[in-house]
Amino acid sequence: MKTTQVTKTLRTPGGLSVRLDIRSAVVVAVLLVAALATSVVLIGTGDFEIPAVDVLRTLAGHGNAGQEFIVNELRLPRALVGLLVGGALGLSGALFQAVSRNPLGSPDVLGLGQGSTAGALVMIVIFGGSATQVALGALVGGTVTGVAIYLLAWKRGVHGYRLVLVGIGVAAFVTAVNGYLLTKADFVDAARATVWMTGSLGGRGWDQVWPLLLLFAVVVPVVGACARPLRMLEMGDDAAGGLGVRVERVRMLLLVSSVGLTAAATAAAGPVAFVALTAPQIARRLTKSPGPNLLAATCMGATLLLAADLASQRAFGADQLPVGAVTGVVGGLYLLWLLVTERKAGRI
Amino acid sequence: MPRAAGLVVSGLVLVAVAVASIALGARPLALDQVWHGLFHDTGRYADVVVGERVSRTVLGMVAGLALGLAGAVLQALTRNPLADPGILGINMGASAAVVTAISFFGVTSFSGYVWFAFIGSAAVGVLVHALGGSRSATPVRLALAGTAVTAALSGYLYAVMIGDDVALNRMRFWQVGSLASARTDTIQQVLPFVVVGALLALGLARPLNAMAMGDDTARALGAHLGRTRALGMAAATVLCGAATAACGPIVFIGLMVPHIVRSFTSPDMRWILPYAAVLSPVLLLGADVVGRLVARPAELQVGIVTAVIGAPVFIFLVRRRRPAQL
Repeated sequence: MKTTQVTKTLRTPGGLSVRLDIRSAVVVAVLLVAALATSVVLIGTGDFEIPAVDVLRTLAGHGNAGQEFIVNELRLPRALVGLLVGGALGLSGALFQAVSRNPLGSPDVLGLGQGSTAGALVMIVIFGGSATQVALGALVGGTVTGVAIYLLAWKRGVHGYRLVLVGIGVAAFVTAVNGYLLTKADFVDAARATVWMTGSLGGRGWDQVWPLLLLFAVVVPVVGACARPLRMLEMGDDAAGGLGVRVERVRMLLLVSSVGLTAAATAAAGPVAFVALTAPQIARRLTKSPGPNLLAATCMGATLLLAADLASQRAFGADQLPVGAVTGVVGGLYLLWLLVTERKAGRI
Repeated sequence: MPRAAGLVVSGLVLVAVAVASIALGARPLALDQVWHGLFHDTGRYADVVVGERVSRTVLGMVAGLALGLAGAVLQALTRNPLADPGILGINMGASAAVVTAISFFGVTSFSGYVWFAFIGSAAVGVLVHALGGSRSATPVRLALAGTAVTAALSGYLYAVMIGDDVALNRMRFWQVGSLASARTDTIQQVLPFVVVGALLALGLARPLNAMAMGDDTARALGAHLGRTRALGMAAATVLCGAATAACGPIVFIGLMVPHIVRSFTSPDMRWILPYAAVLSPVLLLGADVVGRLVARPAELQVGIVTAVIGAPVFIFLVRRRRPAQL
């Protein structure tokens, strides 16, 4: 594999310097613009169509009363939830894949999504709970599963290999419990559970936005501080330890962040499938940069989720098909396309 | 030869579990009743029960063997301990085909699903192999291609289930994996495929051993990488396709058994494959018996029991020792 990488170093007169990978920076910028543009189109899409210009005007505070209600109260928070959930899943997937050193080591493979689902299913099937209770159940389920995986994988440290295998074991266990709950549910609950399990933005509002924003405010600085040690961790525990990285502490901080992101995203929108798995892979192939590509994966996740939601709204009508059914198709086909073109170019 | 002795012991355990599977259930039978039903069938009630349970036991053995071998081959082929029929999209191919059969062709019986599930998994197996780059496939690319196909198909599966109440209601029972639908004709449908797949898998032991050392070393040792990958994918697809068609997706066996086996054999595929072929049915049948006993007179689906029992065992093994490298 040959990668040509253009790296510039920016220096300040004070002696501080930062390496800047131009291709990565461009990819991040383009993805960010794409995500925001998609949100604007998405806000204009629905039973009541609003042209993009009017959406922008309304967002700036110059719309008429009807548009203001639809945009600010209904569709803006929904798009924001999409952005935040997609970003959270993309970031958490990139963290997991970096820590486990496995392209398949994503939160959905390791059972976090299933853990959240178990919490939500218990609320739906056994208690017939409200939407808020279901979200709370998902949050608790995801967090408990994350903690369980970490503790079960702990043995004088958490090795990437063991973490993945233990995660798979836990995932299988929880999936079985979920399957059992579904077979025991009456039909109405089973249908409700299936919609939730697909992952949907339908009916999401400001109540979901604030907790997610708060979480990002806490997690992003933590991850930012760990980004450099994480790059060193990719050289192996021993090399990283030799370079002065406190391997176990960094790994724990990153895993906690990743679990928090996944659990919160799943509580907000349900276990939207494959964003966490495909977004980092796609991001990595776009930037052609080694390393975890955290920022690019975050932006890719957000873009992917919103593009999938837009595709679903346009093709099937407002809130007919949950976004989770489309993220799989969009993300999966895009990943396939990338794999095929990369092979043709002989890059893999 | 302790490993050969171990294999014989495993075989005896399999026989014991098979007898238990015939004797135990909602209505337990004494051993002489089992004997009578097996060899002097006179149509008594107990004999009918034995007949029913025999087909269930045989299906469990066939499916278990298929899943275990497929898992061992896939893990060696992709050099990834996470590889299982789920990762390569084979289960999802079967699920998507079954949901299509229910929703668009109005198929209602488990035995009607068999061909759909089989064609679905075979189609996905071929597709993943082609997308992974067929002759030049690398382990990571195979796994990623499988994941991508799974992702795309799962969207289709959910979309159909949400739009079609009947399909949702049937799929939620098919998806957990069960031996309860075992009938003689189901077994006859899948058995030839399992036999062919098993022979193919066992014949690949040597080249798979070479491939475990990395592509370059394997080539230097004279292994044909492209041919081994193609044959290995074919064997795994036929095996899991047949098992999934007959029982629904039972994911954990193919994943777990090779890991358990590797923990006491060397990483030599010539031992791993036979052990997996004998121990996987033990696990599957054992789980089925437990599922019948814990919820009498109803039963827990075997796919649920395998995971609930298997996962803790698996985690214990992973913790106990450094997992054997592939």
